[in-house]
Amino acid sequence: MPKLTVNSVEVEVEAGATVLQACEEAGVEIPRFCYHERLSIAGNCRMCLVDMERAPKPIASCAMPAGDGMVISTETDRVKKAREGVMEFLLVNHPLDCPICDQGGECDLQDQAMGYGFDESRYQENKRAVSEKHMGPLIKTVMTRCIHCTRCVRFSTEVAGTPELGAIGRGESVEITTYLEKTLASELSANIIDLCPVGALTSRPYAFVARPWELTKVESIDVTDAQGSNIRVDARGAQVLRVLPRLNEQVNEEWISDKARYAIDGLRRQRLDHPYLRGADGRLHPASWNDAFDAIAKVMKKARPEQMGAIAGDQVDAEALFALKSLFDRIGSPHIDCRQDGAKINANQRSSYLFNSTIEGIDTADALLIVGSNPRIEAPVMNARIRKRYLNNRIPVAHLGPEADLTYPVNYLGDEIDVLSKIAAGKHPFAKIMKSAKRPMIIVGMGALRRADAGAIQWLLRELSDKVGVVTPDWNGYNVLHTAAGRVAGLDMGFVPGKGGLDVHGMLKAAHAGEMKLVWLLGADEIDTTKLENSFTVYQGHHGDKGATVADVVLPGAAFTEKEGLYVNFEGRVQMTQRATFPPGEAKEDWAIIRALSDRLSFSLPFDSHATVRAALVAAVPHFGDIGDIKPARWVKFGRTGALKSDAVEAGLSQFYMTCAMSRASETMAECYRAADQHSAEMAAE
Amino acid sequence: MLADKDRIFTNIYGWHDAGLAGAKKRGDWDNTAAILARGHDDVVEEVKASGLRGRGGAGFPTGLKWSFMPKEVGNRPHYLVVNADESEPGTCKDRDIIRHEPHKLLEGCLVAGFAMRAHVAYIYIRGEFVNEARRLQSAIEEAYDAGLLGPDAAGSGWKFDIYLHRGAGAYICGEETALLESLEGKKGQPRLKPPFPAGVGLYGCPTTVNNVESIAVAPTILRRGGAWFAGLGKDNNTGTKLFCISGHVNKPCNVEEEMGIPLKELIEKHAGGVRGGWDNLLAIIPGGSSTPLMPKDVCETMTMDFDSLRAAGTGLGTAGIIVMDKSTDIVRAISRLSYFYKHESCGQCTPCREGTGWMWRMMDRLVRGEAEPHEIDTLEQVTRQVEGHTICALGDAAAWPIQGLIKHFRPEIERRIKAYQAMIQAAE
Repeated sequence: MPKLTVNSVEVEVEAGATVLQACEEAGVEIPRFCYHERLSIAGNCRMCLVDMERAPKPIASCAMPAGDGMVISTETDRVKKAREGVMEFLLVNHPLDCPICDQGGECDLQDQAMGYGFDESRYQENKRAVSEKHMGPLIKTVMTRCIHCTRCVRFSTEVAGTPELGAIGRGESVEITTYLEKTLASELSANIIDLCPVGALTSRPYAFVARPWELTKVESIDVTDAQGSNIRVDARGAQVLRVLPRLNEQVNEEWISDKARYAIDGLRRQRLDHPYLRGADGRLHPASWNDAFDAIAKVMKKARPEQMGAIAGDQVDAEALFALKSLFDRIGSPHIDCRQDGAKINANQRSSYLFNSTIEGIDTADALLIVGSNPRIEAPVMNARIRKRYLNNRIPVAHLGPEADLTYPVNYLGDEIDVLSKIAAGKHPFAKIMKSAKRPMIIVGMGALRRADAGAIQWLLRELSDKVGVVTPDWNGYNVLHTAAGRVAGLDMGFVPGKGGLDVHGMLKAAHAGEMKLVWLLGADEIDTTKLENSFTVYQGHHGDKGATVADVVLPGAAFTEKEGLYVNFEGRVQMTQRATFPPGEAKEDWAIIRALSDRLSFSLPFDSHATVRAALVAAVPHFGDIGDIKPARWVKFGRTGALKSDAVEAGLSQFYMTCAMSRASETMAECYRAADQHSAEMAAE
Repeated sequence: MLADKDRIFTNIYGWHDAGLAGAKKRGDWDNTAAILARGHDDVVEEVKASGLRGRGGAGFPTGLKWSFMPKEVGNRPHYLVVNADESEPGTCKDRDIIRHEPHKLLEGCLVAGFAMRAHVAYIYIRGEFVNEARRLQSAIEEAYDAGLLGPDAAGSGWKFDIYLHRGAGAYICGEETALLESLEGKKGQPRLKPPFPAGVGLYGCPTTVNNVESIAVAPTILRRGGAWFAGLGKDNNTGTKLFCISGHVNKPCNVEEEMGIPLKELIEKHAGGVRGGWDNLLAIIPGGSSTPLMPKDVCETMTMDFDSLRAAGTGLGTAGIIVMDKSTDIVRAISRLSYFYKHESCGQCTPCREGTGWMWRMMDRLVRGEAEPHEIDTLEQVTRQVEGHTICALGDAAAWPIQGLIKHFRPEIERRIKAYQAMIQAAE
């Protein structure tokens, strides 16, 4: 632990810390452009120069390891001059077009120029102009503004694992560009917009939309995947204009996926802003809430309890799930299910469906087996964490499923499930690797758990876990990677078939056979809706997607940016979204819709405010009250012995950009989908 | 003046056979095994005792540099890298060593490599040196065929391999860490120091980067003793040195001389004097384009060694002496150098990337006098803003020639500004 003096304040820092970190420890702010905690050190902007005793010239504090007994001064004339000099150099070829720059108001260069800039320019020559570079549908470039800090290059090379950005040319002619100006093929690409300290890389969909000071900012949670990345939602008036990451070391560090950031334009399209009723002409017509409720109540009063079922979709908040479960419990129907993809998960065995090691656990794992998942598209930010772990410690990773570039090298095991039996039986080399690892980890995806033989796969994986030490008293490396943000909450509260209840598949089959009088779809769009023609279907949700088109009654609900809702991520971490805007038109919060309907059924659900519904939820499932925390799950026996099927193992998702009603309605995501398609076609051609 | 018996490079003009047979006649590869038999540390101590300072420009003591290498080889191999990327304008000594004395370099590689416990040396040669690379490669092959390199190099029992790597013609790759990056197949951009190459160098392994001349003189020093070398030249500036004299002299040449030789004597004796006589001298750049120029009055009594030149506000650098007589447009000359540095800046760090372009553009206007008088001060300040604030020394190298010009020829610049303004007024 080196001790050093910064501006005559003595500080002690951890071994390996830099002088810059030591200065921060001492409460001294050091200006910087190229330095970023999560990227390698470049030391190229030269803004962080400080004086070190006995050094002949100022040193770059970001790159200098803190040494014992160093004496650092940051307020000498020489330091001030050096920084002013660097600032002047940065500005000589910078266009100073702040009034028309989207970075204006949140620009590092602008801010630091206030502290270190001259009030007039001594530069009399022509400024450099740089042509724009194509970086795909998300990133707008104004490369003349670039100050060559190379944060974007380092991010895409190191964190994202797609080394397609780089600098070409030399000296003044250096230009940052993608390889042959291709679209960045990364699910994390837009993070470079946040990293760019100037307005060289800005958000294309957000171009010229708003100034930062016009926005109301709300802290929320992303629901486009099950990781629960912490986000900030920026809105103006009734529109969500952008989503930015929030720092949470335990979940997403400071990155978010492109889908989390850009699917939000889907919130403005295809929205259900009015209740609808299917008329005699077979078409949906706008109706009043009263008429819609009357129509549903009429069917529900006639139907026997076992003739009604409910299916919850992937992005439903816990309050809505709880309200609908309460409703169905009350009417006495056991047919409820939140696993619309048919995943074979037993809600009573919590450790069988959680990401038990937690995301932070990845940082200590030393061998990894991935089964039936493509984490790169199912949880890109988590995948970057695996990559980080790989880069730091070269951990062995084996992958069973469709072949894919996961951004780190894997021992590819093919897509036949038999390999798993071999590993479980200790007859595969990777079993030895796992056995010799101290903290081996398994990530099993929905590609494995939604198979007919999922029970047998879970049995094998559990046996393997016990055998090779995936689960020990102080480590549980058995991880399930969910793709649905609302899934774990549903499982935790038991939104699964009760005694004699039908699961999604059973309900659809029964509905097709005409045995279901009512099927309630709560934001469920990823099911075979053609089976619902013979039953009365209620669709409650926020987008006019597959579910709404077959519905007899449509109840407009609120999207995740329009309500306070609890979500439980795949680790089992309870987190909360907050309202950034109001739901459009007559749409309402989902729990309230269900509560209002219950009045028509001659009983009322026992809550009438958001606070009471949440209290009832916490009373039923206490850990929902611990926001931000994870309640660890006890390791239990799960799975069942059985034969494995010969079908090829699939991943949980086959593509990244359009996976939910919101992202399917998003123009930006559609563009990304096309660009990615074209990119992979070009790559294949090469 | 250096006596013939103390000359190290006896075939620097290529009058004799540069091949292995010729080299052996001149004493190269003579019982190299005996030198190696003295042990790693003894070789380093001998070079330390010789007082040899690095010949690449910075003048860092070579023996000391070698001693920075770890004393034990851990799990990472040690590397010797020879910097043959000789690109400094006005300098052409390494080229002649490679052309005419390649075996001195190769033997030096073995001796130096052995001293630092390296089994592999890379010679990074400037891309434009096409024939030199061929010459050196064939010398390497000769040495392998004769068993002087390979598993039992020169019968010493020490395994030693030399690989020749050709650069692609970037000046910055002569900077030692940029050279290592380039050698690793990356973009030639200097690394941040610390860590220094002796700790983390080529492929992350302990590495020493030496200039061709520093390596090539090592075998002779070890044969004749550090004391012999230290007896030549001046205190702290010992031994002999290849001087490259170019520009407005009657007979431009490379010549080996004792350190500390008076500049005037060097030029008059070896280069046939300044064109039109000593009095026709305007200024001299003493150590390659990066060092500040000296006007005639300073040249008069200057001796050519690291310390004297440093005291005069310039430097010995690579000892590439560029002589300019009174016909020289001195502002244009320095402006051309500014263009060179602007062109060769790697663009990694801010002061150099932005500063070299700015300085060149101002210099370009000053050539024509198209400026305000106060811009001379602005230019001076810009050079100070670049100097000492960059990752590598290219920023300093770009700043110093301009500082030298302003220090010694400010009246000339002011005269041009006045003349230009008078011309504009007349035109109006």
